[in-house]
Amino acid sequence: MSAPLLQVDDLHVWFDLQGGGELHAVQGVGFTLERGERVGLVGESGCGKTTTALAIMGLLPPTASAAGRVLLEGVDVLAGGESTIRPHRWVDMAIVFQGAMNALNPVQTVGKQIVEALELHGLGHGSAARARTGELLESVGIPSARAGRFPHELSGGMRQRAAIAMALACNPKVLIADEPTTALDVMVQAQILELLDALCRELGLALVLVTHDLPVVAQLCDRSVVMYAGRVAEQGPVDALYHDPRHPYTRLLFAATPDLDDLEGRVVSIPGAPPRLDRPLAGCPFRPRCDRAFDRCTVEPPLVPVGHGRSAACHLTQVAVT
Amino acid sequence: MDTLSLTRHGAWHQTSLMKALLEVEDLVVRYPIPRGIVGTVKRAPAQAVHAVDGISFGLAAGEMVALVGESGCGKTSTAQAVMRLVDPEAGSIRFEGRDLTGLGVRALRPLRRRIQMVYQDPYESLDPRFRVRQAVEEPLAIHRLGGSRTEREERVREALERVELTPPELFLERYPHELSGGQRQRVAIAAALVLEPVLLVADEPVSMLDVSVRAGVLSLLDSLKRQGLAILMITHDLSTAARFADRIAVMYLGRIVEEGPAVDVVRSPQHPYTRALLSVVPRRDPRERHTGQVLRGETPDAVHIPSGCRFHPRCPLAFDTCRVEEPTLAPTPVGHDAACLLI
Repeated sequence: MSAPLLQVDDLHVWFDLQGGGELHAVQGVGFTLERGERVGLVGESGCGKTTTALAIMGLLPPTASAAGRVLLEGVDVLAGGESTIRPHRWVDMAIVFQGAMNALNPVQTVGKQIVEALELHGLGHGSAARARTGELLESVGIPSARAGRFPHELSGGMRQRAAIAMALACNPKVLIADEPTTALDVMVQAQILELLDALCRELGLALVLVTHDLPVVAQLCDRSVVMYAGRVAEQGPVDALYHDPRHPYTRLLFAATPDLDDLEGRVVSIPGAPPRLDRPLAGCPFRPRCDRAFDRCTVEPPLVPVGHGRSAACHLTQVAVT
Repeated sequence: MDTLSLTRHGAWHQTSLMKALLEVEDLVVRYPIPRGIVGTVKRAPAQAVHAVDGISFGLAAGEMVALVGESGCGKTSTAQAVMRLVDPEAGSIRFEGRDLTGLGVRALRPLRRRIQMVYQDPYESLDPRFRVRQAVEEPLAIHRLGGSRTEREERVREALERVELTPPELFLERYPHELSGGQRQRVAIAAALVLEPVLLVADEPVSMLDVSVRAGVLSLLDSLKRQGLAILMITHDLSTAARFADRIAVMYLGRIVEEGPAVDVVRSPQHPYTRALLSVVPRRDPRERHTGQVLRGETPDAVHIPSGCRFHPRCPLAFDTCRVEEPTLAPTPVGHDAACLLI
């Protein structure tokens, strides 16, 4: 069996804090992504999902340090720092940043910005680059005639499409999309999700969708990695996570999400807040907020397989298994 | 709680003894677009953004009405008009029987206390240099209420207790940065409640919050409503509106296209726009995966409103008459109101 397309293994990220100390933002995250697969990284703000995405791309700020392995087709791209990741960044793996639609250069046309990216990577110059830009824009549903528009002349949805087109410039195998629909209206969100779905199908793209929105993951992804306090709480196929969650956090997160198909069901928030990550955690990080916590939870539960390609980090799953 | 119904003539009628707290009728909000020097010299026609273009709805004490729609549909302008933060061009906004539209600043001041607003982003709406105590107390100072210092302190504590920030001592001396998003929004709600309003306008009150705490803030609004507070909620999230509001008014390009009890609107939507919107809301259950009716394009700009039914350029069911004739909001066979020529 060949190596998975992307494998993240025991990833840790620390941020240096002003005035000393460290924030352990990502604490041993691991997951795999097969070719053409779509994985959703979900969790509350501060759970480390965006940091994980940035670490995979080797785009952490200078105040951060990372450890662990990021294997792209079996090759560790994290090992040698910038020199090992650089040949793969944008070429094999690309990211659409959170708020990318608002980060386009306002004084340059959308087309020019994509042409620039192509030229920088030596993927064509002049008219060839412009032709490729037209293709890219068409592939994300922007008429190529609009390449000459400035970002402010495009709607939010169109700008997000342009940001996706830019990420696709070098034909990557992996697309990481960080909250691609968060600031968009329902209908525009549906359009962007439809586009991501089509891109995955047509280009065979593998997708890492970073979001706090469980229903979006349920609609678009094959598998989901639920993160909590910098760790993986549970991961598995989206269907199994919804219908048979093994970690109380997964269950409570779904219960906190209102759903149009379930108007009578109670919508319950999760009490408390995630723990601070600038000090060591003792035991299960979710214990203070968990409705099923018991004495063993003072010991940290390992992430263990619970069958059918799933794993969960909860003592209760082991109770059920044994 | 259904105290009001809209007749074909567009006027609100009281169907019970309960008096409507807020009655908005034929409200129009327009923002003129500056023509600029060239435009003025060329005598270009004056243009305006038709943000709200003749809407009517009512709100009773102890009721939550959700204005739902996409960006640019006029829901926030409606809220701002109710708050008199923008001046409506036409129509009336009757609050406790008095029309707010004609009132001057001085006459408005005592009424403003009774209508309070909660904003979308508690990370920006709270002054970072104010402790919770100051943030909640400030409205009292502005309205010269609350009497002595100890009385004000007591009111602040009560407000914090009402938003479930208990015990208040734990929060009084904290700064916003020491609080979670949900706690901050609760402080913002407390600062509104301290004036004991009867109407709360909540503009996307949970959209900036984490999923895990949204339900808590919404349940808080729900319990305040049950204590008699009227709430006008502005949201683009249909799942939230369906779950927490009593009534839903769906807006499109400055008009209400469908209005009725929340459950009815969600369970049996009549307007093609409402149907499309509901069909694309992602469901939690991966087995309920469907593409839905994804409408092409985006809401047209509110400067050049399409002729006839303003939804016709995007409507999957549009026929010839839709381009010419403008539908009015009228009762449908299932009971609630919709504005569509097909019904």
